[in-house]
Amino acid sequence: MTRFKKITGYGLFLPILCFILVLLINVIKTPSFFEISIKNGVLYGYIIDVINRASELVILAVGMTLVVASSGGTDISVGAVMSVAAAICCFILSGGQQTTNSYQNPYLLGALVAIIIGIICGCWNGFLVAKMKIQPMVATLILFTAGRGIAQLITKGQITYIRVDSYKLLGGNIQGIPLPTTIFVVIIVVVLANLILKKTALGLYIQSVGINARASRVVGLKSAQIIFLTYAFCGLCAGIAGLMASSRIYSADANNIGLNMELDAILAVALGGNSLSGGKFSILGSVIGAYTIQALTTTLYAMSVSADQLPVYKAIVVVIIVSLQSKEFNKIVINIKDKLVSYKERKKVA
Amino acid sequence: MGKRKFKLDGNTYLLLITILLFVVMYAVGMIVFQNKGFGRLQVFLNLFISNAGLIVIAAGMTIVMITGGIDISVGSVVALICMLLAWMMENKGIGAVPAVIIVLIVGLVFGVMQGFLVAYLKIQPFIVTLAGMFFARGMTAIISQEMISIKNDVFLSWANANIYLPFGGIVNKKGVMLYPYVYPSVIIAIVILIAVYIMLKYTKFGRSIYAVGGNEQSALLMGLNVRRIKLKAYILNGFLCAIGGFLFSLNTSAGFVEQAKGFEMEAIASAVIGGTLLTGGVGNVIGSLFGVLIKGTIETFITFQGTLSSWWTKITIAALLAFFIILQSLFAKAKEKSK
Amino acid sequence: MEQGVVLTMRQIGKTFPGVIALENVDFTLRKGEIHALMGENGAGKSTLIKVLTGVEEFEDGEIKIEGCNEAIINKSPQEAQKNGISTVYQEVNLCPNLSVAENLFIGREPRHLGIIDWKQMNQKSKKLLASLDIHIDVTKALENYSIAIQQMIAIARAVDMSAKVLILDEPTSSLDDSEVEKLFNLMRKLKKDGVGIVFVTHFLEQVYAVCDYITVLRNGKLVGAYEVSQLPRIQLVAKMMGKDFDDLAAIKKMGEKECGGDEVIIEAKNLGHSGTIKPFNIQIHKGEVIGLTGLLGSGRSELARCIYGADKPDNGELFVKGKNLLVKAPIDAMQKGMAYLPENRKEEGIISDLSVRENIIIALQAKKGMFKPISKKEQEEFTDQYIKLLQIKTADRETPIKQLSGGNQQKVILGRWLLTDPDFLILDEPTRGIDIGTKTEIQKLVLELAKKGMAVMFISSEIEEMIRTCSKMAILRDGCKVGELNEDELSQDSIMKAIAGGVKND
Repeated sequence: MTRFKKITGYGLFLPILCFILVLLINVIKTPSFFEISIKNGVLYGYIIDVINRASELVILAVGMTLVVASSGGTDISVGAVMSVAAAICCFILSGGQQTTNSYQNPYLLGALVAIIIGIICGCWNGFLVAKMKIQPMVATLILFTAGRGIAQLITKGQITYIRVDSYKLLGGNIQGIPLPTTIFVVIIVVVLANLILKKTALGLYIQSVGINARASRVVGLKSAQIIFLTYAFCGLCAGIAGLMASSRIYSADANNIGLNMELDAILAVALGGNSLSGGKFSILGSVIGAYTIQALTTTLYAMSVSADQLPVYKAIVVVIIVSLQSKEFNKIVINIKDKLVSYKERKKVA
Repeated sequence: MGKRKFKLDGNTYLLLITILLFVVMYAVGMIVFQNKGFGRLQVFLNLFISNAGLIVIAAGMTIVMITGGIDISVGSVVALICMLLAWMMENKGIGAVPAVIIVLIVGLVFGVMQGFLVAYLKIQPFIVTLAGMFFARGMTAIISQEMISIKNDVFLSWANANIYLPFGGIVNKKGVMLYPYVYPSVIIAIVILIAVYIMLKYTKFGRSIYAVGGNEQSALLMGLNVRRIKLKAYILNGFLCAIGGFLFSLNTSAGFVEQAKGFEMEAIASAVIGGTLLTGGVGNVIGSLFGVLIKGTIETFITFQGTLSSWWTKITIAALLAFFIILQSLFAKAKEKSK
Repeated sequence: MEQGVVLTMRQIGKTFPGVIALENVDFTLRKGEIHALMGENGAGKSTLIKVLTGVEEFEDGEIKIEGCNEAIINKSPQEAQKNGISTVYQEVNLCPNLSVAENLFIGREPRHLGIIDWKQMNQKSKKLLASLDIHIDVTKALENYSIAIQQMIAIARAVDMSAKVLILDEPTSSLDDSEVEKLFNLMRKLKKDGVGIVFVTHFLEQVYAVCDYITVLRNGKLVGAYEVSQLPRIQLVAKMMGKDFDDLAAIKKMGEKECGGDEVIIEAKNLGHSGTIKPFNIQIHKGEVIGLTGLLGSGRSELARCIYGADKPDNGELFVKGKNLLVKAPIDAMQKGMAYLPENRKEEGIISDLSVRENIIIALQAKKGMFKPISKKEQEEFTDQYIKLLQIKTADRETPIKQLSGGNQQKVILGRWLLTDPDFLILDEPTRGIDIGTKTEIQKLVLELAKKGMAVMFISSEIEEMIRTCSKMAILRDGCKVGELNEDELSQDSIMKAIAGGVKND
């Protein structure tokens, strides 16, 4: 019993269990899932696909984890911010045209501005949450609603195409490297985030503020500042994810880039064993959560479930996870257990 | 009495600002688009015709928001309702009346499930309805990935029955007198709106919704069954959502997966713009109606203007939303300070 | 049941895990009586009220109420209300967004064919309030009225719902004098109508202004019930503090106390925070232990919070070592060498899910800033050092602090502040809810720190403890600093006299 508790009590138990569960389903259902082949010096296979496709989600989940940890709320604007970042980047690179075959401005400029725009969006959210004390979900609702409109405004309602090979590198493969570029970006972002959290005291600050804002104030932390920072960082992540998504389709599709990604990102955080009411967090958990979701998605695709139908399964997963996390649910379970025990005892006496 | 003198409270202000905003916007429209006939009564009625479903759904959203919750599943539920109606009538040959009854029951069941998770398991409403949103949209796709057009005669006769007003007619170029009209959906929406208004204002249940949203702890101590009240609020919302979906389908006469995307945000925005506090306890369906009408007016503006693109609707609504959310927060801060 | 008695509680007992909260407590309330329930922190008055109103269960004893032959057991506040016991709390438990009339009638609205009859409800409300001499617009939202009015409305609701017994739980804490007077008028009126009122308060003046009877509790036990006219103020204080007046043998002091040096560490000039503490002057020297004493709610914590910036002062000036300091947030005070162990350990002290190690280093880390993280190795060293120094009983330095006992949590927080090496340490009730062994350890530690030159501000409800540790004391009463006692004046007698203050009711 105690050993069982020790294992289940370990923070990453749930995410790893879910991940293994999804992989197990594949072992039985689609054995080809684990095959990897090489074509033209590039690796192919379901696993590679999962790792590649999950990239945006992993990056968003990293940002979302910090937002959830510090403020106990979620940033639902990340998907929309992705589309804004993509739109601005394509706008700069195409020089305002609808399609272009060569960069009108240097790539770095486009990417940089896109990322800065992401940060600005994050700052706006952070300002509303930390300074104006508006509930996170509501505060981010504004950009959630406006984001795609702004993106369409930038692209003039069209899909802006950047038909330049180098633009596809970020979301594709660099010549001679067998793994997709996105993997490296993800590694950089995750490592960087971990470095920041470990090499500064930010991680401790975020947890402290998320657990007990009043006590944190007494020990000298400025909670508003810290919450603001996490939102700004989340905006940065959304900007990078937006660039990536845009590179995959070498265009800015205001309506579809990052669509429903905010929901997946929140789900990844929850799946990662993080409490959605803030406090202690694990970036690694969220990353595993993100890969689990993508693995689930790819698995369901492999089982010929269509993209439209996918949400049903995700919904069921969400409900199960949050119910398990719910204190009330635990109370009910404990009640039932007590009743069972007392029933057994009564039986014994009888 | 007390230290504070009489003053109009912030919530009434918010509602007044909303109504004033609508009137000003409409007046500006009438002046700017004078030649295009913005001032005709039919243009005004069209606001109701094209938003009948949203009016009902915003009313349900208002109820949930007064309890301090939120429901972001409404757009998907509308899609599910429309799809179910179309599928039952076209693919299963079920009559229009039983089909409508079935979807109303589906709405109720949906409300029961979400309400149970929120009220009894105390999971954040946002997360619960997020799952609901996924679920309903996915179910829509499971029923059919293709668009199903509704061709049921009875249903279409409901959809297209013009109800003429006995006044306000205009003689057209051919010399025929044209009276302004509405569809039955508008009548249903208005009746429901009035019913919800009465429910909120004049019934025990209605007032206890406000009490729960105002201070859950107090409501509990005053002897109210907070859980049951919350559950009921979500059930009612689910039911209204189904009715709203039905009205929506009368307008579109079709069911497809991508239907009513972003509808939840329109409903939430309407309620917020109409003076419903996101923190719960304050709200009014009349305000939400004006919220819907403001959204409709922006769309009408864009149609009349001709060169503006549709995304301006989103941006303007978001700007209004930001304005009202910040206003609410400032009011709340001022209130805190005066204490 | 005796004639005229409306409520009796006999031999009430209640234990919380590890603590006896109530033991053999008796309480009797008569018709038309205002009965004060007094006691310091942890005396058990709130537990007694909770037991009576069904918020908590009790284990021993019985409760009887007039009109009911059998003993009653209330399982919920609703049930208590049905039995005629209503409570009005300090935090008004009404809905601010509803109208006054609705707050009076929610759950029992007058209806006509299922539809609420607003006209009748408003009329009834007006009548009800008018009968209590409250004349306000009942159709306006409750939040438009002052706390005092809200409180009276809560009382009106309680009385109207058939109160034989009305419990007022610290209703006056956030009221000003004129508001308190209004409330008293209402109470006197209800008294005339035959309602039995239990009045929980910590303001002595108010007890002598309206009450007929006083029941004093201490450490979960009944000290006694007295007629107000028979109990002079100073005796009341003595009974609450746990020393009989004729048993005031001086207590032997622990070791020698260093008298404060000359260097002034902290000086406040007219510092104040409106609503909690009136402007005060204070000087604190190096190596001095200054005690803040006064009854609960007298402003002793508030004074400390004001210096530390936990409540941002809105009046006056603060000098640290002679330099003016503008405190916007606690971090500003920390940077100048202050440290503050808050009274409310759970809400402002521990960061529950974090480990002992993180809880210890957090303040120093905050002081150093985000970009100068303390290395893991150093953190562990610091933690081990304080676990050893303060003898913190924990399984591991990585154990979440919430798993520790209250006393050990307090030691962790003390360690947290000692690690920042402060010049001025504020300890607000550091020994509350802690076993006796730990208490003495903390007292010893305070003296040692002062010897090394630290200035300490010490707040405690226990006078003995204060006398043992403090070299000087500031007296507070009703949100105001009313005086100081020097070392040679420190005795239980003088302190209690100072706390009890004015002589008009003696």
